[in-house]
Amino acid sequence: MTKALAGIAALAAVPLVLAGCSAGSTDADGPVEIKYSLWDANQMPAYQQCADDFHAANPDITISIDQSGWEDYWQKINTGLVSGNSADVFTSHLAYYPEFVLNDQILPLDDYIAADGVDTSIYQDGLVDLWKSPEGVQYGLPKDFDTIALFYNQQLTDAAGVTAEQLGSLDWNPKDGGTYEDVIAHLTVDKNGVRGDEAGFDKNNVKTYGIWFEASNAGALGDGQTQWSYLAAANGWEATDGPWGSSYNFDAPEFQDTITWWHSLIEKGYMPSLAAQTGISWSDQLTAGSVALASNGSWMTGYVFGATTDSFTPAVAPTPTGPTGERASMFNGLADNIWAGTKHPEEAWEWVKYMGSLECQSVVADAAVVFPAIPEATDAAVEAFAANGVDVSAFTVQVEEGTTFLFPITDHKSDVNALMTPAMEAVMSGKEPVSSLTAVNDQVNALFK
Amino acid sequence: MAAKVSRDNQIVPAMLFLIPASIGFLAFFLWPTIRGLYLSFTDYNLLRDPTFIGFQNYIDIFNDAVFWRSMAVTFQYVFINVGLQTVIALALAVLMHRFTRSMIIRGVVVLPYLIANVIVALVWFWLADYSLGLINAVIEGIGLNKIGFFGSEAWAMPTIAFVNVWRHVGYTALLLFAGLQAIPRDVYEAAEVDGAGEFRVFRSVTLPLLRPILAFVLVVTVVGSFQIFDTIAVTTGGGPVDATRAINFYIFERAFERFDFGYASALAVILMILLATIALIQNRLLRANESDMER
Repeated sequence: MTKALAGIAALAAVPLVLAGCSAGSTDADGPVEIKYSLWDANQMPAYQQCADDFHAANPDITISIDQSGWEDYWQKINTGLVSGNSADVFTSHLAYYPEFVLNDQILPLDDYIAADGVDTSIYQDGLVDLWKSPEGVQYGLPKDFDTIALFYNQQLTDAAGVTAEQLGSLDWNPKDGGTYEDVIAHLTVDKNGVRGDEAGFDKNNVKTYGIWFEASNAGALGDGQTQWSYLAAANGWEATDGPWGSSYNFDAPEFQDTITWWHSLIEKGYMPSLAAQTGISWSDQLTAGSVALASNGSWMTGYVFGATTDSFTPAVAPTPTGPTGERASMFNGLADNIWAGTKHPEEAWEWVKYMGSLECQSVVADAAVVFPAIPEATDAAVEAFAANGVDVSAFTVQVEEGTTFLFPITDHKSDVNALMTPAMEAVMSGKEPVSSLTAVNDQVNALFK
Repeated sequence: MAAKVSRDNQIVPAMLFLIPASIGFLAFFLWPTIRGLYLSFTDYNLLRDPTFIGFQNYIDIFNDAVFWRSMAVTFQYVFINVGLQTVIALALAVLMHRFTRSMIIRGVVVLPYLIANVIVALVWFWLADYSLGLINAVIEGIGLNKIGFFGSEAWAMPTIAFVNVWRHVGYTALLLFAGLQAIPRDVYEAAEVDGAGEFRVFRSVTLPLLRPILAFVLVVTVVGSFQIFDTIAVTTGGGPVDATRAINFYIFERAFERFDFGYASALAVILMILLATIALIQNRLLRANESDMER
């Protein structure tokens, strides 16, 4: 009983506690402290370096950086906004910032950009537009970007006689899967050592799967960023009716054909079933040799290459070309938002401007964690990765060839994911047909009415 | 000395002693409950002020298929968890009571309970992994088909229930064991003189005399089971499909992932009413406040 009350009390207490807090800060002029939040611990040293450099150039402004993991980060940001005690500047994500814009929680940057004559054309194409509201108001300066590619275990591809050249020039279509499916089938090995494309293959006793997907990451199935979006887009599909769209296209044949083919990999035994994937994450399965190939984002590069062992030689290949004749990769990028309630908007802007500059992004590039949004710094990052023995051209080729497509920014993102994730799980577990997604699409689009 | 102190003089110190606890109760229990009740009648997303919408949240919940599925899987969990846990704990407690006085065995039995819930969940999550887990390696070794314990709709909730039985059974057994020790020895001796066998003693002596403590344990474990959250949060995250989206996890998702605090508050109010009702019914049915030990 006490436990029950405590549970409800804890839930109900949040607004109460928040209402009880209030912001306490000093007035402008004199030394100013700007609080900055980010979630990626890997990037923290680079941004600490930026903060130190910034402080050296602007002795009146001190930056204090606060890092918390992705899971807690958004609760912290949201409660900070409500309680009026938020970080002045925080790293933002495309899935969350529309909500902040709609609730007037972050500052528009246009006036500052115009006043300081900041050149927003220096960034990789498209990234600036990700941070523009439907009315064309700019809320962030791009910092970095990520793309999708295929991580693989080179020892397994070598054993299968599949070369890096072959992996770099795969083609795919939703009918027979093209050479992409051929390679996946060939990389699949059952318990008796029979390959997926050989006679006598036992699909119920697979030792090494051809490809894995990231089922354990809740929400990821909804937009398919690392899982199916690169195929659907290469099949000519667009998720919404444009940036800040008000309708999704999960009923389109380009999407449903892609998912039908994707699910067929499970039935053929080339990809583990949904039931078999809930557990240890894809990257550890790749390291352990449970799978030969896995599509994922550039932000995982450091983790995967850091896991090199005697039986695991990591490598990366670009995603296959599709019926459109081109590859495709979702293009996602981060930027910093300024809290609308900050006591020091001018100083906060100076810091945001500095983080978006070549100076700071060169520091970030040298850390070889992410790809900075400014092309010169991107090149520096590619070199920094190469110096660590990692060839990241599979990620950057998408930008060079202009085959990226933007993260589908819309309102109601968390509600869309809450509808799509169970629906996709039902399809991938074979419980519902792919056509069931048409009805889900109607539910999704009803959110915008 | 004590007789000289009048009643009036006792009330003032008594009030003083009650103040600290009352402040805690008012600030952390009563006020949040009232506030939660109010929020359940509003549309509230944290960033905008709450707007009063009457019973709309409750009407939406009634029409929410996910809510009904979450109730179904919660009941499934409670049924498996409490059922298994009580039977095993009772068996353990009786065995300990009848056959051993060893502190070491009592310590071993309660050991899983001393490990943090999240760690227990993660260890079993890895042990039960389809490709790399020890459990499936054993299953495969003896020639059976591997099982997607956390990933298949049929297995996910029973698996989570089992993990929590494993963790809590020792603690429950100790509670029952304490209850058994309260039963006077002479009752057992009398039963022995009458020539009752071990099973007959259990059925006609132990069980009836243990009833009040058994009722207490059942109320606590049933209410506790309805709160299942952490094991789900670190393993399945409510999936596959909705197979493990228990009511508490659904409340969490609505509140802290979708920032729909009004709706989540309404769900919490429903859960509170449900739990209060169940606890009341259990108390009545099991006559928890009476004992058969009349002499």
